[in-house]
Amino acid sequence: MSRQASRFDSKKVNAEFLTLTYGALVTQMLRDFENVEDVNKQLERIGYNMGMRLIEDFLARTSAPRCLEMRETADRIQQAFRIYLNVQPTISNWSASSDEFSLVFETNPLTEFVELPQDLTNLRYSSILSGCIRGALEMVQLDVQCWFVQDQLKGDNVTELRIKFVRRLEDAIPAGED
Amino acid sequence: MTIYHLYIFDKLGTMMYYAEWNRTKKSGVSREEEAKLTYGMLFSIKSFVSKISPHDPREGFLFYKTNRYALHYMETPSGLKFVLYTDTAALNVKELLQQLYSKIWVEYVVRDPLWSPGTPVTSELFQTKLDEFIKQSALYSIRNI
Repeated sequence: MSRQASRFDSKKVNAEFLTLTYGALVTQMLRDFENVEDVNKQLERIGYNMGMRLIEDFLARTSAPRCLEMRETADRIQQAFRIYLNVQPTISNWSASSDEFSLVFETNPLTEFVELPQDLTNLRYSSILSGCIRGALEMVQLDVQCWFVQDQLKGDNVTELRIKFVRRLEDAIPAGED
Repeated sequence: MTIYHLYIFDKLGTMMYYAEWNRTKKSGVSREEEAKLTYGMLFSIKSFVSKISPHDPREGFLFYKTNRYALHYMETPSGLKFVLYTDTAALNVKELLQQLYSKIWVEYVVRDPLWSPGTPVTSELFQTKLDEFIKQSALYSIRNI
């Protein structure tokens, strides 16, 4: 009955296992869709679906209240990266209106053993992360845009993920009795 | 004395799950109708509480009590709503709901790949686990807050 015991003694997985599994997924998708843009789109979509579920786990673990401010959101996302990927991105480059910031990764666990071939420079290898953030935030009523501005795979020093607040989604009103 | 019934709604007000244990009086309307009414009432209470509160309501609406029963409410930041009807003497229902969320919901619904978000839960494993969870907690008589 392993499921019963599994809850809070969070099971550790060797990070390499995730890296390689993710690599296999990306490889398979590159084979399935010839178009790199399609792969980017699919990775983003998978990430989105993951984020929608992952947020529940995150909220249950941390019992964090809803964010009222982007700075809180940034801290939470940073915390989530620590919990799920064991990396500590730095929060930086706030825009003047505080609605946009960057997460800077010294290392990206998803790309540990990865080198991008010349003909795949359009591939956003880690777009699963941006999808995930978008999906998770949408569940807590935050509509954001999320994209990579720097990527170690493309020769940059660090990987930088940019997050921009678009709008706050409204709580749904119950369907009326017309 | 015990727990009567439970509703789980998602953020759009869809009834995700309903379970009952010791509910003796039926409402006389269909389950769906009843769920809609419940959700509508909760929604109104929520906005009422947040408007009328003399200071910033941190958690907002938590529960209400009548002479014969109490309704406990928990909402997660993702908009999931857990609504539990108990007798008036139940204590620490908030913790119970929190546990229900993290140990049962997240574990057996969110991690179930066959469940698609936004649809009612039909998993038997979830049903069994929830039933066990409620039965072994079976809040007996002490007063809430």
